Amino acid sequence: MAATSLKTGTDRPSRMLGRSSASRSLDPLMQWILTGMAAFILLLIAFFFVRLFVEAKPAFDEFGYFGFTFGSDWNVAKNIYGALPLLTGTLITSAIALVIGVPVAVAVAVYVTELCPQRLRQPLASLVELLAAVPSVVYGLWGVYVLIPKMRPVETWLSDTFSFLPLVGAPVAGPNLFIGGLILSIMIVPIVSAISREVILTVPPDHKEASLALGATRWEMIKMAVLPYARSGIAGASMLGLGRAIGETIAVTLVIGNSPNMPKDIFAQGYSLAAVIANEFNEAASDPLHRAALIAAGLVLFVLTLFVNGMARNYVHRAERGQRQVPKGMAA
Amino acid sequence: MSATTPGLAPISVRRRASDRFARGILLALTLIALVPLVLIVYELLRKGLGAISWDFFTTDPTGRTCFPGQTTCTIGGVKSAILGTIEIVALAAVIAIPFGIGVALYLVEFGKTGKFANVVRYFVDVMTGVPSVVFGLFVYIVLVVTGIGGTFAAWKGSIALALLMLPVVTRSGEVVLNLVPNQLRESALALGAPRWKVVFSIVLPTALPGLITGSMLAIARAAGETAPLLFTSFSLLGTSFALGNQMNSLPIQIFNDVQAPNDAIVQRAWGSALTLVVGVLLLTTIARLAQRRSKLT
Repeated sequence: MAATSLKTGTDRPSRMLGRSSASRSLDPLMQWILTGMAAFILLLIAFFFVRLFVEAKPAFDEFGYFGFTFGSDWNVAKNIYGALPLLTGTLITSAIALVIGVPVAVAVAVYVTELCPQRLRQPLASLVELLAAVPSVVYGLWGVYVLIPKMRPVETWLSDTFSFLPLVGAPVAGPNLFIGGLILSIMIVPIVSAISREVILTVPPDHKEASLALGATRWEMIKMAVLPYARSGIAGASMLGLGRAIGETIAVTLVIGNSPNMPKDIFAQGYSLAAVIANEFNEAASDPLHRAALIAAGLVLFVLTLFVNGMARNYVHRAERGQRQVPKGMAA
Repeated sequence: MSATTPGLAPISVRRRASDRFARGILLALTLIALVPLVLIVYELLRKGLGAISWDFFTTDPTGRTCFPGQTTCTIGGVKSAILGTIEIVALAAVIAIPFGIGVALYLVEFGKTGKFANVVRYFVDVMTGVPSVVFGLFVYIVLVVTGIGGTFAAWKGSIALALLMLPVVTRSGEVVLNLVPNQLRESALALGAPRWKVVFSIVLPTALPGLITGSMLAIARAAGETAPLLFTSFSLLGTSFALGNQMNSLPIQIFNDVQAPNDAIVQRAWGSALTLVVGVLLLTTIARLAQRRSKLT
């Protein structure tokens, strides 16, 4: 046995080291194919942007870039398209989503990482992440048949009590901007809390132990050691949540009321950029200007999410850089 | 203890109270986060289970709005929607998963931290942030309006979903492929294996469980999407296996049923929603199990 293997080994050194030409050419081939796939993504996105822009051009030509984006009249019957009511609706619902969703999500992240008994941590985190597995249309269904009727008295109370605030005080409509924001707040909790939790887990134990050793209570430790360290990561997580909220379509379409009037009250019916596209696209098929206006609304939405996600990336990078600098700072 | 701490002042009542108060608030907010989950699951079971029957899974929706009293009228089940969702999502997966993993392979094995690779990474990130409705709109402009292969078709819906899945597959794939230890690659190369063999016999098999997890999560996300399908594959009542035709799907069926003036149709929407959520949870569970089998950390 040993002799034969030795023999074959010594017999074919050239064949073992050299490769067949087919095998040799497979390497560059694979590299080219994979590089081609990567390049294709860039082409795809360039094509994506150009096509959206070209198709939206008629609307921009008709009303001007500024006039379309900030025109306050969206009137299909008169063929006048200004996206300001939709933009305002998108911003109001997203703002409500952040105001309600972010504190809850951060509280979940802090509770799960710092306060909760060890055994409950993973199950609790998984439960909150289950919220992300519920499809958007199911949130919409639930919103229409459960949330809207159940929230009515609460909204009426809020509207009456806080009528001194701007954008509050009118009679409560069934579907309205506030309900849209509330649904969005539920939908962004899993992503914001998951990222915040990861950020909080990177807080060095030294910092926490140092503050406890100085006599801080648990809450003081969280307030002085954990949250300041994680601040920029949490800001990034919130921005990603905002990006989600801005682009969310179907759930919002079902509960926002779909009224293209300039919103004067958060408890009134409204519209959002994404909802208008989903809703009016059927009737727009025959009207080129209407279709161009919807595509332009999509473009505004795209640019908005691009901007928000860019900011999120900035914050997260800053958080990562900060983490790398901390050991250096402590050594110095 | 008492011998070592005579100099330490006890924690004041005020600080103790504020500690308890803050912890209470954190716990309360955590519980509030779980309230919608409990409510949604409760309503899904309460209203959805009532809709589920043999007919629900074995008949197509008739599209009729039956009012109480019309005894011979049936609204039908959602067979075509369930099969349609499976077909559309399967085709999307066939497009997006190999492509997504291919791009991830490029980034990890060839591009590394080069300029081009970083640009690709950046734009994959950009794709992650694009709202699904905008992808739908894009496919609508490029494939539906131009009338390539008819107007609305299931495969166009698959492409819209694939665009949505692609960045998810690539980003998770890149993370997993980066976890494959470099010694494995170097050992294989030292034994004389060509690069393609290293990739196909060493890197991919080692990373397989992680790649499955990422792909399953991408599929789960795509299966629940409504907006991209609204512009692309919408919508036929009957069961169809022709990807070149219009096709029904669960999210679209729910979306259409939600605002129906008929309680039975709304109940069918709850039943469809329950079916969809169970399907998505199943995929998520498979993803988690695959992750547990992974030896890479």
